[in-house]
Amino acid sequence: MKLQKNTSLALYSVLEFAADATRHISAAEIAQKYGVSPHHLAKVLSELARAGVVESVRGVGGGYRFTGNPRRLTLMDVIRMFEDFGLPEPGRREPGERTPVGRALGVVLSEIDEMAKATMSSITLATMLRLIARQRKA
Amino acid sequence: MGSARRARKASGGKRRVDAGGGPAPTVCIRPVRRGDLDPIITLDATVTGIEKRGYWRSVYQRYGATPEAGRQFLVAEADGRVVGFVIGEVRDWEFGSPPCGWVFAIDVEPAAREAGVGTRLLVAICAAFRRAGVRTVRTMLSRDNTLVLSFFRSQGMMAGPFIPLEMELGR
Repeated sequence: MKLQKNTSLALYSVLEFAADATRHISAAEIAQKYGVSPHHLAKVLSELARAGVVESVRGVGGGYRFTGNPRRLTLMDVIRMFEDFGLPEPGRREPGERTPVGRALGVVLSEIDEMAKATMSSITLATMLRLIARQRKA
Repeated sequence: MGSARRARKASGGKRRVDAGGGPAPTVCIRPVRRGDLDPIITLDATVTGIEKRGYWRSVYQRYGATPEAGRQFLVAEADGRVVGFVIGEVRDWEFGSPPCGWVFAIDVEPAAREAGVGTRLLVAICAAFRRAGVRTVRTMLSRDNTLVLSFFRSQGMMAGPFIPLEMELGR
């Protein structure tokens, strides 16, 4: 499973927000922490806000805060907001994919994808926050 | 593998189960008894949709009837009622692995979920495995079973070094 840059940014952001749902965090703070452009991040955050995962807080000390349920929301829920897992349109397939070699490679690649999806679907934000805490202690 | 919901953090001693309304009953974890078989069969049938009376009798014979250090069949009891169970055993050198504990079934009654019962069952069986001398616990379940996968993940379990493989045998 290859994640687009926006998806990775969404995961970083959601985990930052979920770590403390009471805290308002500005887009600039997250952008600086992960070395990305605030403009790029703003698009990701507005998508997360549209999905109801975060809400924007206006005024002094404003920014965004987490509004999801960390024990319910999985990594896959966030990933699905930014990735399309549908079959590629016929016109966008490489010619080699229709050959026996291409089809056999496709079987192996889809096996890997299914495992990746199952993994992402089974890890909630609460579980991730515990993993992050363990990384901090290590 | 049965079903268990994401569970709250476990700790020692007795815990309260909130089954939705009314005073929450106290839960204790103990070894299975013969009289627990009927509620266990009913619980499994409720969750899986299939009643497997013969299977559960043989599981009881193997894991519950004659206590052995490496074999565990524990139940969670609340107000005198079985609300969950966990089954597992220590297996030596299977698949070339040093001895480790295997959890092969865990289930919590739907109305008793979200109260830490699954966590307490897992903690109890892990403690028994530790007493039996092993330091690793494993399980295996369908990758579609995100509910129970999430539960085990929430307890700190990660993908292990073994990969299950299978193929259709045909006729």
